[in-house]
Parts: sequence; C-alpha cells; structure tokens
Amino acid sequence: MSTLPQWIKRMTGATLGISVFFAGVAICSSAHGGDASELSTIEFIDANIQQGYEDNEIKPSEVASDEEWVRRVYLDTAGRIPTLEETKQYLSDESPRKKTVLIGELLDSQDYVRNFTTIWTNNCIGRRTPRRVSRNGMEKFFREAFAKNRPWNDIVVDIVTGEGHFEENGAVNYTLAQMQMPDDAVQLTAMTTKMFLGMQVQCTQCHNHPFNNWQQSQFWEFNSFFRQVRKIDHRKVDPVTGRRVDDFSEVVTRDFSGPVFFEKRSGLMQVAFPIYMGKKVDPNAFDRRKEFGKLLVAADSGETPLIGKAFVNRMWGQYFGYGFTRPVDDMGPHNPASHPEVLDRLAADFVKSDYDVKQLISWIANSDAYSLTSQFGEDNAVDNPSAGEMPLFSHMYIKTMQAEQLYDSLISATNAHKSGKGGWEAQESQRRRWMQQFVAAFDTDENDEATTFNGTIPQALMMMNSELIEKAVNTERGSFLFETFAKPGKDSEKLQELYLAALSRRPSRGEIGNAQKLFSAYGRNGKVYAYQDLFWALLNSNEFICVH
Amino acid sequence: MPIWNNYGMGRRHFMQHMATAAATLPAMNFLSHLQANAATVKANNKACILLWMSGGPPTIDIWDLKPGSKNGGEFSPIDTAAPSVQISEHMPETAKVFKDLSIVRSMSTREADHGRGRYFMHTGYVPNPTVTHPTFGSVVSYEVGRSRSALEIPSFVSVGGGSGQAGFLGMSHAPFVVGSDGQINNAPTEEGKKRLPGRLEMLAAVESNFIKSKRGELPEAHKDVYKNAVNLMTSRQMTAFDVDKADPSFGLEAESEETKALYNPAPGGGGAMGMRGGNGFGQSLLMARRLVQTGVPFVEVNLGGWDLHQDVFNTLSQQRLPVLDRGISGLVTDLKQRGMLDDTVIVWMGEFGRTPRINQNTGRDHWAASWSNMIGGGGLANGQAVGATDADGVRVADNSKAYLPGDIWATVAHAMKIPLNTVHTSKRGRPMKLANGGTPIKELLG
Repeated sequence: MSTLPQWIKRMTGATLGISVFFAGVAICSSAHGGDASELSTIEFIDANIQQGYEDNEIKPSEVASDEEWVRRVYLDTAGRIPTLEETKQYLSDESPRKKTVLIGELLDSQDYVRNFTTIWTNNCIGRRTPRRVSRNGMEKFFREAFAKNRPWNDIVVDIVTGEGHFEENGAVNYTLAQMQMPDDAVQLTAMTTKMFLGMQVQCTQCHNHPFNNWQQSQFWEFNSFFRQVRKIDHRKVDPVTGRRVDDFSEVVTRDFSGPVFFEKRSGLMQVAFPIYMGKKVDPNAFDRRKEFGKLLVAADSGETPLIGKAFVNRMWGQYFGYGFTRPVDDMGPHNPASHPEVLDRLAADFVKSDYDVKQLISWIANSDAYSLTSQFGEDNAVDNPSAGEMPLFSHMYIKTMQAEQLYDSLISATNAHKSGKGGWEAQESQRRRWMQQFVAAFDTDENDEATTFNGTIPQALMMMNSELIEKAVNTERGSFLFETFAKPGKDSEKLQELYLAALSRRPSRGEIGNAQKLFSAYGRNGKVYAYQDLFWALLNSNEFICVH
Repeated sequence: MPIWNNYGMGRRHFMQHMATAAATLPAMNFLSHLQANAATVKANNKACILLWMSGGPPTIDIWDLKPGSKNGGEFSPIDTAAPSVQISEHMPETAKVFKDLSIVRSMSTREADHGRGRYFMHTGYVPNPTVTHPTFGSVVSYEVGRSRSALEIPSFVSVGGGSGQAGFLGMSHAPFVVGSDGQINNAPTEEGKKRLPGRLEMLAAVESNFIKSKRGELPEAHKDVYKNAVNLMTSRQMTAFDVDKADPSFGLEAESEETKALYNPAPGGGGAMGMRGGNGFGQSLLMARRLVQTGVPFVEVNLGGWDLHQDVFNTLSQQRLPVLDRGISGLVTDLKQRGMLDDTVIVWMGEFGRTPRINQNTGRDHWAASWSNMIGGGGLANGQAVGATDADGVRVADNSKAYLPGDIWATVAHAMKIPLNTVHTSKRGRPMKLANGGTPIKELLG
C-alpha cells in the first residue's frame, strides 16, 4: 500500500511522550533540511504538501478552473456563492495576481464578517439558541471581533474569562450556553478544552483516557478553574401583564477557593486543584478563570500555545473539508496529524503574526493545494479521506453547503439582496427563523443538537418545494428570472446567465443543446416555464449544493 | 390534521396562473412504477421499535431499584405480572404487561458522555474518527428494508431525531426524521406536483454531468436521496404518519379515542397530556405502530428530558415516568391486540444510566458502568430480568455477565431473523461485523 511510509512516519511521531506534545514543543521535521526556515509560510506549506505527494507516489490533480475556484473561495470565505456580476468580473480579469487580490478583497468584505460570525456563533452556542442565552449578544461580540480583526488570543481570553450582562458583554454567552444544567461546570470544562485547545477530554471525567496519557485527575484539575463561575438569571415584572418574565442573564464570579472532589471508578473520592498543563495556580486566586486565560496564551521558551495550533487546524479543516487531524478538535499523540510540519509551522507563524486571523486565512487560501480542482483521477484516487484515509490534499475535497451558506447563496443567485427588502440585519432574522426547521436539540447538559439539513430527505423536500425555492424561481417583474428572460438576446446567451448565476460557470455546448431539446417540449408559450424549470433544476442539483 | 406542513410560511400563489402551461408538460413517467406496486404491503413483517431516552435515564429508579441502599432514592419497587421481576412504583401500567417485557440489568458500557454514549448505544461501536458506523436502524433498513419492494416511504423513520447516521451503508439508509406530530415540512403544492416531472427531467440532465466528472460519492448520493424524496412525496403510504387518517389498503384506520387513550396518561396524571399536548410521546408511539403496520422495519421514537442532574425524584414521579409508563404499556397492549407483538421487538435505552450516588442537587449524574436496558416483544422469552448489579448499584454483580449494546442489537437481529454472521464492508474495505460481533442474550432466546 502506497500510504505505508507516511503511516510509519506518523507512528514514530506518536510515540513521543504526551508531556512533550502538551508542552507545545514543536515536533520539528528534518524533511526539508536546513533551508526550511528560510521558506515563506506559503512556500513551506506548498513544499511540504508536495513532499507528501512524492512520499505516497501520487500526482496532484490539475489546478481548478477559474469558475470552480471563484465559487469555492466565495463560499469558504464569504459564506455564499458569488453573484452573477462578481463571477463575470473575476472571469474577465486577466491579472496573474487575481487570486490573491480576490482573497484580500473577500477578507475585507462585510460578508466575511457575517460568515465567520455565523460559524463561531454556531460553534459557541449552537444553532438552536439555548435557554437564557442571547444570540444577539454572541453575534455582536463576534461581529466586532472579526470586523476589527482582533487577535485570536484576545478573543479566546474574552470568551473564556468573560463576566457580566449577556448583551453588554456578548462573550459570556459561550459560558451561559455551557451551563444549561447544574453539572459542576463539567460541560464548560469539556467544551472549552475541545473548542479552544483542540483536545477531547470529556470521557476522562469518569476514567483515564484510553488512548493517551490524559488522566481523570487532569479533567478535574481543569474543571476546578471553572468552579467559581456562576450564572444569574434575572427576572422582571412585565409592566403590561403584571407577570414575572425573563430578563437578562449574567455571569459572575463567586467566592470559591476549595479543591474539587471527584469519584474514581473504584469508588474512591479524590481531590483536584487548579493545574494547567503542569502549572499550578494558587487555589486562593481571586479569579481562577483569569489565571486560566493567562496560562492559555503564555508562550514560555518559545512554545506555540495550544490555542494557536487548535485554531489553525480548525481553519484548515474549514477550507479543505479535512483538518490535519480528524476530528479537528481531537489533537494529541494518540491521533497523529497528517502533516505535522505544516500544522506546526502555520501555528508558529500564526502566533508570531499576533494571532492575525485574516493573515492565516490568506496563507491557507493562497496555497497551491487550495487551488486544485476537486476532480481526481487514477493518479490520486487513493487520496480519499472520506474512506478513512489520511488526507494528502492532492485534490480539493467536496463539502456540502451548510444551511446558512445555502440560504445566502440562494439570495446571491437570485439578486434578492438587491430587491431592497431590509438589509442584512433583516435577512439575518429571516434566516434564523428559516433555520429552525432543521434543528432539533437533545436537551442535555452538552447543549448538543442534530440537524436535518444533512443531505437527507427533509433537505431535499425543502429544496424542491419550499417557499424559499419558489421565491428563487419567481418570474414576477423585478425577479432575476424575469430580468434575464425579458432581456433581448438569444436563448443560448440567457442559458449562460442562468448557469453563471447558479453554478458560477458557463454551460458546455452539450448542456446548451440538451437544454434546448428539453425546452422544445414546452412549446412557444411555455418558454418562461422552461426557464423556470431549468433554474429550479440548477438550484436543486448536486453541483449547486456542493462546495467543490 | 395535515401531514404536510410548510414551515412558517404563508402560501404564495404566484404559480397559479401557470396552470394552463403545466398541462403541456411531459408525462409523469417517473410516477408510473410507483403506482404499479402501490398495492398491499405484507402484514406481520418483522420490525423493531426503539424507544430512545435522550439524556440518559436513571435506570436505578425505574428498572433496578435498590431499596435499603444509601443510593436507593425515594421510590419503592412493586411487583409486576412477571413473577420475580419488580420495577418502580411509578410504572404501574407497565408492570401489568411485564410478561411481554424483559430487563437487562447488567449493561456496562463505559461511555458516559452524551455524544459518545449516543453513538456507542446506537451502533455498538465506540466512536472512531476514520469511519462512521451505521446506527442500527440503518442496518435494519439495509438488511430488511431493501427487500420490501412495496414500501414507498423510508424504511427507517426517526420520530424526534438524534438517531445517528447511516455511515458506510449510504445516505439512502439514513433515518428519515419527523416530528412527534408526524408533520413533514415542505409539502409539494398541487402546482408544484404538476411541474415536478419537467423539473426532474431537467435535473437528471444537469446532475449526470457532475456525477460523471469524478469527484467522489456525494454527487451520486444526492441523486439517490432525491429519488427517495420523490417516492415519498407521491406515496399513499404517507397516511401512516397521520393517526387521524385511514387507508384500508394498508390496513390503516383513523385511530379511535380508545386507542389514543391507551398510549397517554389520563388528564391529571402526569400533567395535561392530551394527544396534541405534553410531549407527544404517546402519539409518536401510535404513529410508530402505524408505520410498522405499513411495512417500515425500524422506527425510533425519542423521549427526552432524562439528563437529571437535579431534582430527579420529583421530575420522574410527576413528569417523566407517567408519560413513559403509559407509553410503554399502551404500545405493548396495542401491538398485542393486533397480533403484531411477536413480530415487533421493542428496545428501550438511552446514552447511559445515572450515578447510583445522589448528588447535592438531589440529582444523578452520568453513569455507564452498571445500568439497565429494557427489551420486549419480538417473540423473545420475556417476563424476566437478566443480569444484576450489586447491592448499591455501583457495579455489575460478581456472578453476572456484563452486556454491551452489541449484545442487545444481536438479540434484536435474532428476533428479526437477520443472520448474525452478516458482515458489512466499510468504505476502506474493512469488514464490519453486525452489531460489532455481539452475542444474543441467551436467556431471552427461550
């Protein structure tokens, strides 16, 4: 098997002790000799991933067409497909630097802020807003953070240590969402470790980790940082009805200096004190979470803090469909990374850049690997992470749109954002309402949820029958279809507009011929319906719903 | 009650003026094969109804009480119709039908995190990042559903969701998730139905190019799911989802008030739990029976609210258990009356049990080391409690075998006549044993 050498290399990496990994010491590679450090970040990524192709005796796919790439970079960065005009503009641009330029423009756009606000709000509080949590507060916090491109370490510290009113300090909504049950901050501990440090330790609340050296005691040492957290749900009297109703919620720090007790599997009770990766904190510290925040970002002796590494891995996963580890939030010696050198270098440079989120995205999106097509052939068919293989990034992996991406893309495809019905704010609340049909909560302390926007029948029914789709294929005056159809010009030109709007590409000659053949069944008077049905088909197609 | 529910949207009539054009559209050829075999689905098919207790139920207060222990809590055990089996005093109706049910009291499953426990109990496998194991409903859909050619609705229905994924068995075996009221969002309008053939023809042409372009499995899976969705949109078997509708060709009648009452606590007991009120658990189970009658081999019904870190005894006695008690007894009684019980195996489980130790908030936390599952019907040797925990409920008793979810699912497979040596192949070509190689629980085989 051609992937064997990589596996062996990784297993060797895995035998390095956990203490080394969690101390954050970069596991340096000698693969590129002494000159590796002289390469720029992007050159280093490209060279290292290229080396992976050679080691595994595969050939990468071709570079994606402009049409494929522009759609992808819009979806991944702005959270929607490009509009017809945006696509045309990019396709007609002949500058050799147009990729880099577009990435920069997208990172400075409002849609980037909106997209990342959506993603991180979902990460932190879920899609179904838990009880006594302010979605508006959480979104406002992220909107400001991404708009100002605040350093990621500052964002994390604000989230992990936040106190106060859930709309005045929106960061606290993360904590409130993890405190749905009186579970001694177990969920807050597990989620914080997973989300921001990229480590899954939730199973160690009951027993030592089966595959790495994480101990049950460590879970409770982490947990003891969060035991001073208290939430207060305020109530008020409704002046109209005279009834007591929910008011705001807030996070406060309570006086707690004791150790934490936990039960071993043997039934013995044990104590745990606040200790972070071997660093003890005075149990009498006035605010243990503040101490935790300092330790999160501490970079003693040049180590790369785990929050940097975890974020890089997650961001890579967002752009490529697979991170360097699977899942992206379970890093550690038990789960070796596919490209440890790239992960380490990117993380180190990210930290050096003062945790510059836009810079990190720019490195990722400008890499050679991100430019490749999603089509693959005999030469790299083995690069198939969906079958469980380690990703080699020799072609783009297909992702399916998230529900929010679909919603925003339909609006882009049909120019609905131009029709003047409210701004993004109004659309935000419409989108939020629409989302609810896909989300079911489990009602557990983990605040977890399931979505039926997962490629199964409910999603297909929505795409075929919903009012959202009816609106998208609407032919009233002012609609996208009406404007396209009413324009003078040949059918083949109009077909081209439909394909460009929905799939960001021109139809092939075969597709035009095929469409015209199908059109003939509609007769002369039925042409508008033919256009409508074709547009419906384009929006319902696999090609539309896939990010490829 | 309408089955179809267009989520939060007022109807728009922009298509109305197009009705004339629709008449000229290509024929609905894709429908013809459906109408050809829409006849009868055989009765007395093997089926499984999974009662999923989302959140992790405190089985020490339901199925395995510990009177006299410091962990015993507030409830007392009562006798059941099965000699030597006792259950909670708050399960009196279930106690009456216990000859047809059994408890497995020595589950020991190790996963005490909701996500991991949900996965392990549903699949028999511990989560593994490189492979998605099929939830057992998908296994049944694959093994049994595929051969039921007259079945037009999905062969795995999940009422309430959270049932997991089909994994390497493919998207067409994924659970079809509906709400407890059986309503399905985004119905086709009449106009929409008329336009469908033309649109699907266009779609087929657009999709085939992308499938041919060699980008992996997703594009093809998309097509399969659409096919299932179109089947469903046009099927008369949708009647099964609506307890107030009849379709004699599938033996479905509009459910009587008496039947509905079987499944639901009387008003006043357990709150106002009318058919539409409360949590809909009773109605979900009644729908499950109708689906099984129509030929669906696996239905999962979710009852949440078990993550009882606080106030466990009041919540159980006043809210959860009256609903559960009536739901289980109603289901067993109804299935039995209709002669369906021997062909329908009932499984009751959640992610894990709850700590024997009662915490400072009068709650119980997560506990997987020693807890109970319930199983019944299916022609099994019921009316018994298999396995035991120790006096305080903190571990499986020394002389007792410990069971895993794979053993439960192997027992189900046995009851449904799915061969136990069935092996599936993961995408990577790895053989995957049915129920992770679990063994049917021999006491239950009779």
